[in-house]
Amino acid sequence: MNTSSAIRLVAARELKVKMKDKTFLISTIFFLLFAVGGTVLPAMLGGGASSVAVADAATATTLRAAGLEVTQVSDEAAAEQAVRDGDVDAAVVTGGGDPKVLAMDDAPGDVVSALSVEPQVQLLNPDAVDPLLAYFVPFGFAVVFFFTSLTFGLQIAQSVVEEKQTRIVEILVASVPTRALLAGKVLAGGVLALSQVALIAAVTVAGIQFTDSDGLLSLIGPSIGWFVPFFVVGFVMLAALWAAAGALVNRVEDLQGVSMPLQIVVMLPFFLVIFMSDNKPVMTLLSYIPFSAPTAMPVRLFTGDAEGWEPLLSLGIMVLAALALIAVGARVYEGSLLRTNGKVSFGAAFRDRESRRLAEINK
Amino acid sequence: MTKVLHLEAINRSFGDRQVLRDVTFDVTAGRMTGFVGANGAGKTTSMRIILGVLAPDSGEVTWQGSKLTREDRRRFGYMPEERGLYPKMTVRDQLVYLGRLHGMTLDAVRRKVDELLEWLSLGERANDPVENLSLGNQQRAQIAAALVHEPDVLVLDEPFSGLDPMAVDTVVSVLREHTHRGVPVLFSSHQLDVVERLCDDLVIIADGVIRAAGSRDSLREAYAQRRFSLRVAGDAGWVRDLPGVSLVDLDGARAVFDLADDADDQVVLRAALERGPVRSFGPVTPSLAEIFREVAR
Repeated sequence: MNTSSAIRLVAARELKVKMKDKTFLISTIFFLLFAVGGTVLPAMLGGGASSVAVADAATATTLRAAGLEVTQVSDEAAAEQAVRDGDVDAAVVTGGGDPKVLAMDDAPGDVVSALSVEPQVQLLNPDAVDPLLAYFVPFGFAVVFFFTSLTFGLQIAQSVVEEKQTRIVEILVASVPTRALLAGKVLAGGVLALSQVALIAAVTVAGIQFTDSDGLLSLIGPSIGWFVPFFVVGFVMLAALWAAAGALVNRVEDLQGVSMPLQIVVMLPFFLVIFMSDNKPVMTLLSYIPFSAPTAMPVRLFTGDAEGWEPLLSLGIMVLAALALIAVGARVYEGSLLRTNGKVSFGAAFRDRESRRLAEINK
Repeated sequence: MTKVLHLEAINRSFGDRQVLRDVTFDVTAGRMTGFVGANGAGKTTSMRIILGVLAPDSGEVTWQGSKLTREDRRRFGYMPEERGLYPKMTVRDQLVYLGRLHGMTLDAVRRKVDELLEWLSLGERANDPVENLSLGNQQRAQIAAALVHEPDVLVLDEPFSGLDPMAVDTVVSVLREHTHRGVPVLFSSHQLDVVERLCDDLVIIADGVIRAAGSRDSLREAYAQRRFSLRVAGDAGWVRDLPGVSLVDLDGARAVFDLADDADDQVVLRAALERGPVRSFGPVTPSLAEIFREVAR
């Protein structure tokens, strides 16, 4: 059996286990509800055309044309009664003269505006981002990257510790190369994280499209599109380090302490991007630092502050950083995986000679 | 009898502590080799070196005359000292997984897993997560994990610890089935009675040094002292007064004694007959425990 089929087997097991894991399923459902809630719900709650009762056929046509839900009634008394009964939001009566809107305590704006003549409006900066969105979009990217990368990173680490703690790792290492184990775990974690993010992105886009009235999708779509490759590289960059953190300890209880530096590396950009999102120089810097780029660059693309070539450059820097960190992570992982007596320090694992001697034997 | 697995002058230290010194021994095809030693003597380290999860400082392990490779090792079945399978995975799923990792096809591994579960009386537990199994059944599952890929060699670290006598018998019959097919089995144990009953060959290690290695019978012979047991009708206490006799144990009519090299056992027998009827007289074969104590001293 070659290394690539070993990687596939390892990854397949990880996926199978995770698919049965309640925490994973619940977190996915939670994120999806969040995405649906953030896009569709406001439109459904706030929006929706008002229902209106009307007797006059000509008025009914006007109102229908404005997209209102029109109920045609026999006379104006019936229209008023429908409002009193709560069957419709409003009624329009003409009484032979000008139309009058009847409502219980608040006249629905869409009914009123359907019957009024609006003045012309000219927007001087039509592309400016809605301030509410300008706050929510960075927040959304940061939350998704932070939680997904943390959750799946920790899961990779836990899965490594589990194998060490139960010592099944000895059986595994006796049959497949250590690197295949590592690669399989990172692959499975990456696939799961990416599918979760892709699902969230798809639901968000669908949700926006469902309620879109102001071309929001064309505004946010490209940055969501860029977010996906940034996310993948950003995740893989740290994945080998998560595995290494898992290999340094023997018990799941010790994982918290040893993975603290990694958690900070994930957490710090999260807060920086959220709190600095209106500070352009800082955001520019953050969009090139590999740890914060996965959130900062899509945000800058969204606010229109980034040139077309910028995400490519930033992504290139991230790929280089990822290669370096994967090499370090893999070396520490191999140097500590089979040391089952106590905690291993990062430096000792990095300098470990055993793994190189073993690689020699196991050719 | 082919010596298929050979350890040649293996040395290994952990820090300043040398745990293996020039460890050399053979494991022969179709035979059960018992690997015996006190805790910390170097059994587990030796086995981990055989499996390639630990590197020797010097020396090498050969398989059928040439250096062991990963491909060879993939054909080894290994049961590590500290037990462990994935706690939340079902018995069947993890056996299938381990079989696949060793290069088996899905069909072949499924058939083998059913057979093994049947053999080890684990059929009813096949779809339970390992963590829900009793310790004895976890141990059986662990043994199944070592056997699932139909290995060419078995290296089992303390396979009988934690097993009740019935389970020991089950496992023994499964292992015997393997040796009958020519598979060499190396197993460590500190339950000397079990080793005594099972092993064909024996390797005794103490403080990282192989003190004795060979077939069980030849070792018994080699370490047989001039020890005799005598049972007479009356009290046997007079034996201690004979020249060249040193009494080991006296229990009324029965005496166990060692004879000096120049003393003649027939002289003792004659002396006994002169005193009355002799119920039994003969040499005492040393038990494994005795050999072990002798060798490891």
